Amino acid sequence: MIQVFAFYLFAALTVLSAVLVITARNPVHSVLWLILAFFNAAGLMVLVGAEFIAALLVIVYVGAVAVLFLFVVMMLNIDFAELRTGFVKNFPLGIAIALVLLAELVLGIGAYQVGVMELGSASGTAAPIMGRSNVENIGAVLYRDYLFLFEAAGLILLVAMVGAIVLTHRQRPDGARGHQDIGKQVRRRPEDATVMTQPAVGEGIEL
Amino acid sequence: MIGIEHYLVVSAILFVLGVLGIFLNRKNVIVTLMAIELILLGVNINLVAFSAFLGDLTGQVFAMFVLTVAAGEAAVGLAILVIYFRGRGTIAVDDVDRLKG
Repeated sequence: MIQVFAFYLFAALTVLSAVLVITARNPVHSVLWLILAFFNAAGLMVLVGAEFIAALLVIVYVGAVAVLFLFVVMMLNIDFAELRTGFVKNFPLGIAIALVLLAELVLGIGAYQVGVMELGSASGTAAPIMGRSNVENIGAVLYRDYLFLFEAAGLILLVAMVGAIVLTHRQRPDGARGHQDIGKQVRRRPEDATVMTQPAVGEGIEL
Repeated sequence: MIGIEHYLVVSAILFVLGVLGIFLNRKNVIVTLMAIELILLGVNINLVAFSAFLGDLTGQVFAMFVLTVAAGEAAVGLAILVIYFRGRGTIAVDDVDRLKG
């Protein structure tokens, strides 16, 4: 009973905050609604026993992605009212396409439910082992069957990080504060940068 | 009792709301990116629901990979947005016409 109640609570709040994400006037409010949607989706995932993905959702999405969005929205000085023109004009077409898409998806789920579609069954190689936590099971599958994909995911993150830095990094003009001369940095040796002294006790040194 | 269909319907609604968000906020790239995050969230709920109800962890591992790609996409997309705003002083999608496409 409590599970049913929790499911409907989380599901309703997720859908409600998703609606508010796309209709809020202020993008800062959109980001905050997005955070609420992620929290409630994490709740849904806890309900089916996927604690690891739920924790990842909160850490990665709320902790990193949503904060990134918030930074960018606040950093850019944009007239958002002007960007909302066309909202009403696009509404009928958008809602029509959305309703068609939703009807198709729900029909597909209905067909699955009555057993028209056969999705195949799990191979059993990645079945969770009873008595072990979700995190342990995922770790076993991830490092056994998906090790190379896991490393590829790390590579994707590295490329994204380098890409974001290269895109947004500005080379300062020569002589300006913050100007970086990479050749000069590479040429630097310890003996140019440090000096060894032996000052007498109580005297201190002149810098 | 809550079955898999309930989760699938929630994920379908989230997916459709993301698509609708792209349509409604055609001019605002930031909200469009957020709508894409909503779409990926719907996909993730779908993957996790099937994974849990079929008793196979592959779906959860896959949801993790989707999460990774979504994080990278958000970082690069926002970086492009920042340099675009720096150069043009606007983020309206209609003004992105330099390639005459």
